[in-house]
Amino acid sequence: MIEVKDLQKSFGDAHILKGISTTFDKGKTNLIIGQSGSGKTVFLKCLLGLFNYEEGSISYEGRIFSKLSDEQKRDLRSEIGMVFQGSALFDSMTIVENVKFPLRMFTKLSESEMDDRANFVLKRVNLENAHNKLPSEASGGMQKRVAIARAIVNKPKYLFCDEPNSGLDPKTAIVIDNLIQEITDEYDITTVINTHDMNSVMEIGEKIVFLKDGLKAWEGSNETIFKTDNEVVTDFVYSSELFKKVRKMYIEENL
Amino acid sequence: MNYLHSIGTYILMIIEIFRKPTKWSVMKKLIIKDIDDLIIGSLGIVAFISFFVGGVVTIQTALNMDNPLVPKSLIGFATRQSVILEFAPTFISIIMAGKVGSFITSSIGTMRVTEQIDALEVMGINSLNYLVFPKLVSLMLYPFVISISMFLGIVGGLAACAFGGFATVNDYITGLQDDFIPYHIIYAFMKTIGFAFLLATIPSYHGFYMKGGALDVGKASTVSFVWTSVAIITLNFILTQILLS
Repeated sequence: MIEVKDLQKSFGDAHILKGISTTFDKGKTNLIIGQSGSGKTVFLKCLLGLFNYEEGSISYEGRIFSKLSDEQKRDLRSEIGMVFQGSALFDSMTIVENVKFPLRMFTKLSESEMDDRANFVLKRVNLENAHNKLPSEASGGMQKRVAIARAIVNKPKYLFCDEPNSGLDPKTAIVIDNLIQEITDEYDITTVINTHDMNSVMEIGEKIVFLKDGLKAWEGSNETIFKTDNEVVTDFVYSSELFKKVRKMYIEENL
Repeated sequence: MNYLHSIGTYILMIIEIFRKPTKWSVMKKLIIKDIDDLIIGSLGIVAFISFFVGGVVTIQTALNMDNPLVPKSLIGFATRQSVILEFAPTFISIIMAGKVGSFITSSIGTMRVTEQIDALEVMGINSLNYLVFPKLVSLMLYPFVISISMFLGIVGGLAACAFGGFATVNDYITGLQDDFIPYHIIYAFMKTIGFAFLLATIPSYHGFYMKGGALDVGKASTVSFVWTSVAIITLNFILTQILLS
């Protein structure tokens, strides 16, 4: 579990995060949603330790990030897998080398053991035949799957995804969503996803944190989001006619 | 204030390069790759420029010697001094600031823009050590490039002399041997090591700390070339004062 208490972050005079407190549960797909500029990416980067914050605390199973030594931070980071918005695969390495990279850096596995583990996770993300391609030769969906494979290859306890569906067609987006949820259940990891995608919210949002103007405006799940009368959330989530109808149907069915 | 902040960040970056070293098995491969990219990949352009500039120095010297009392061997002497003391170490380093420097800035800058550096950081890897240290080590072979430049500059002068009819080959070789001071070679290589350090670190700084998108990678490469050149010329002045005065 990741516990966030009164997190505050500023860039100069701009107060981006104004005191966010929440928890991200183990074995669940936790979603951070909100409009552009609401502070989602800054929040995620604070969770990852890429940004320092002024106030508050982030605790990973009781380990408060800001109080850890460099060595302890390195150990904690080896427990984290991250899927970046643009995949962030290393251009100069083949797909299989990208996947093996965390193993090469942090384990003492032999080359054949690393190959076995990389083959296993590539198979898990349905990419058995792309080992020797360069990232530039792979499609957006394939790159996302490679990024997921690289994130899980070292058996992380925490998986972070920054807009994993951006730039993907709806069908591939659903494949990626399902894959992330399956992996979360299978490995019992704490998954935190930063997303705009309403399909993801409805499909895999076991816990949803809604941010607005650097504050937590609402917290719930993909079931309670249908019932909420919080205007800020309904304005954002049900901004399209399609989702308004879906909500109406859901409420009628459950009355 | 901005300049002071940049200098401070640059110094902190250099300290950080040597902290939390990457696994040797990984680092070894990175160093070999950077030797190929930065050293071997530069030999062609260095050889071409050195040969022809050596020839031009010889021609210019010969054409400005109209006093019959001045021995023709002075052409070889002047070419040797120009090539060894300034052309090979300094002029080639400015060219390398353009070739190698912009390569380093753009490759690290692109990694910054595409979040590859963030990916390294999230994994708990010291990205400065991973990215810059191998470049620094591989550029310690830079004196090898400069020694090739010195040799080809002098050979270029010999070719210009022989084919242009400015002096005989014997006169040129006599000039090369006149008043030769071995310390000048040591001075040139000491400068070269200093320039190699600047060539590895200043472009890396501009790539690593760049902000923005693809267009800004191009801008960072240009700025990196300007500042690397300024630093090389300044260091050249300081080292010349210290080592030759």
